[in-house]
Amino acid sequence: MTTMTAPARTRSAPIEKAVARPSRPRRTEGIYYAFLLPSLILFTLAITLPAVIGIFFSFTNSIGFSDWEFVGFINYIAMFSDPAILQSYLFTFGFAAITVVLVNVLAFLLAVGLTAQIRLKTALRTVFVIPMVISGIIIAYVFNFLFSNSLPLFGQATGIGWLSESILANPDLAWIAIVIVTAWQAIPGTLLIYIAGLLAIPGDVYEAADIDGAGKRQQLLRITLPLVAGYVVINVILGFKNFLNAYDVIVGLTNGGPGTSTRSVAMTIVTGFTGGDYAYQMANATIFFLVVVVISVLQLRLTRGRNEI
Amino acid sequence: MTVQPALVVEGIDAELTLETNKPRRVSRRGRVGGERKNWPLTIVLLLLAVTVIVPIYVTLTTAFKTQAQAVDGNAFSLPAPFSVDGFVTAWNLTNFPSAFLVSVLITAASVAGTVILGAFASYAIARNWEHRLFKWSFFYLLAAMFIPFPVLALPQIQLTGLAGLDNPVGVTLLHIMFQLSFSVLLFTAFLRSIPLELEESARIDGATTWQTFWKLIFPLLAPMSATVAIFAFLASWNDYMLPSLITSDPALQTLPVVQSIFQTQFSNNYNVSFASYLMAMAPAIIVYLFTQRWVMEGVTQGAVKG
Repeated sequence: MTTMTAPARTRSAPIEKAVARPSRPRRTEGIYYAFLLPSLILFTLAITLPAVIGIFFSFTNSIGFSDWEFVGFINYIAMFSDPAILQSYLFTFGFAAITVVLVNVLAFLLAVGLTAQIRLKTALRTVFVIPMVISGIIIAYVFNFLFSNSLPLFGQATGIGWLSESILANPDLAWIAIVIVTAWQAIPGTLLIYIAGLLAIPGDVYEAADIDGAGKRQQLLRITLPLVAGYVVINVILGFKNFLNAYDVIVGLTNGGPGTSTRSVAMTIVTGFTGGDYAYQMANATIFFLVVVVISVLQLRLTRGRNEI
Repeated sequence: MTVQPALVVEGIDAELTLETNKPRRVSRRGRVGGERKNWPLTIVLLLLAVTVIVPIYVTLTTAFKTQAQAVDGNAFSLPAPFSVDGFVTAWNLTNFPSAFLVSVLITAASVAGTVILGAFASYAIARNWEHRLFKWSFFYLLAAMFIPFPVLALPQIQLTGLAGLDNPVGVTLLHIMFQLSFSVLLFTAFLRSIPLELEESARIDGATTWQTFWKLIFPLLAPMSATVAIFAFLASWNDYMLPSLITSDPALQTLPVVQSIFQTQFSNNYNVSFASYLMAMAPAIIVYLFTQRWVMEGVTQGAVKG
């Protein structure tokens, strides 16, 4: 951003104005305010206001309607000893961590394959990107059918015990289904970013490696991987943030069950609307927001530090 | 499978745009010399592509089965006999025309709103960067990228209810606002790369800022608008959480939301539910096949600029 500001500053004034008014800053034309204000006002009403209201009510005992009073930090204190909330954080972060690793490893390998000298390259790329354009909840319903009907049939036929019943009904295995479907949907976006990264590597680097006698595997680990490190950072940060917000896929697969074993933080927060603990779940939402911001910043810091070394 | 020709043509297009001006392409070819295409790798990738195709194949075949065949659990069999009963029943059960129309209207308005509001705001910001209000507005609008919807969900449900916006209009507004950060980010970066001399000459010819924007800037923004529009389209068309929570009248729900009817009732009429899923996912897949060049470029640009 900072590198871009300098030319804008010196060149943005129309010529006649620059002549007439050599001293800057020049006055901004009214119409620019008209361009900006609709977005600014709507954004404030739709995003900022709810955020402020939410934080405000997290310090009350409101149930979403009727009277309320301030209760200080009680909601926040109660949260930290609430097994339902702690479990949802544990599940959400565990799920996000596993999914982000799985998605990035698979997407990276696919990207390497799809940028190599292969046949049907364009058709294959087209196919691999399709999951990105399908609604999460609908594909979750489709997988729901496969996991609860087709996979058990396969399990019974082959005699694999744990597969002969729906894994969605098993509190210990249901999360695997959620990881699979989330990964299925998230790989295309990640893959496209890796393809861009791989195509940006100049070919002579590989020529030099060839001459030095480096094998394919060594080239992949010692050249390709370090050179796409920046793209790994982008994918990990974007992916982790998205997976923390998991909602649609889980609703379509398990709806948080069996019991509450796959209930994400987002789902827990939403229960505040029907469950009568509006203020309490707003405290949850506030903490969740802070956690997401802190993690994003930390990830940026950590990965940046490593790149510089 | 009937889309194969279009698919290949579009694909080649994408290939060209993704790889033009990439020096590696030339030098790599030089490096491998007469080396043949890698067939084993191609076969591995084809096998992996099956994992993408399977759920779509199952949706397609199950949708055309009779109910008797659909419940046998064998997802991979072909429809025998071939039946469109599922589509007829699904059409009526979900009130498809209504849900489709609501989805189309929300998506169209969200796309138009995201592109126009985003372009307006970005133009103002990019050309007045030295003014504090505009500069800070940029970071202010960008901050929403860090705010997940679940965090805002409860107050937004409450506020839209109070404002009488617990309907598709409210959903559209929120969709636009959640997409605004990303579109402002892309548009602003692009606007900074447009040489100012172009605008200056238009102004010397007497064009006002309003005219300059519509006659010069907005057309120049077209490629970026396409990217922004596709993301807005996918986000809006496929969204479940926001409309399901915001819209209070079930008759005004979108396509993804009305599918939940098959989880609570009619849960064994798989041919019906899969016909319904197919009708809901097909439009996005078709749009993708025709616009994949921009989809692929868009993801890349979004990531690099972001």
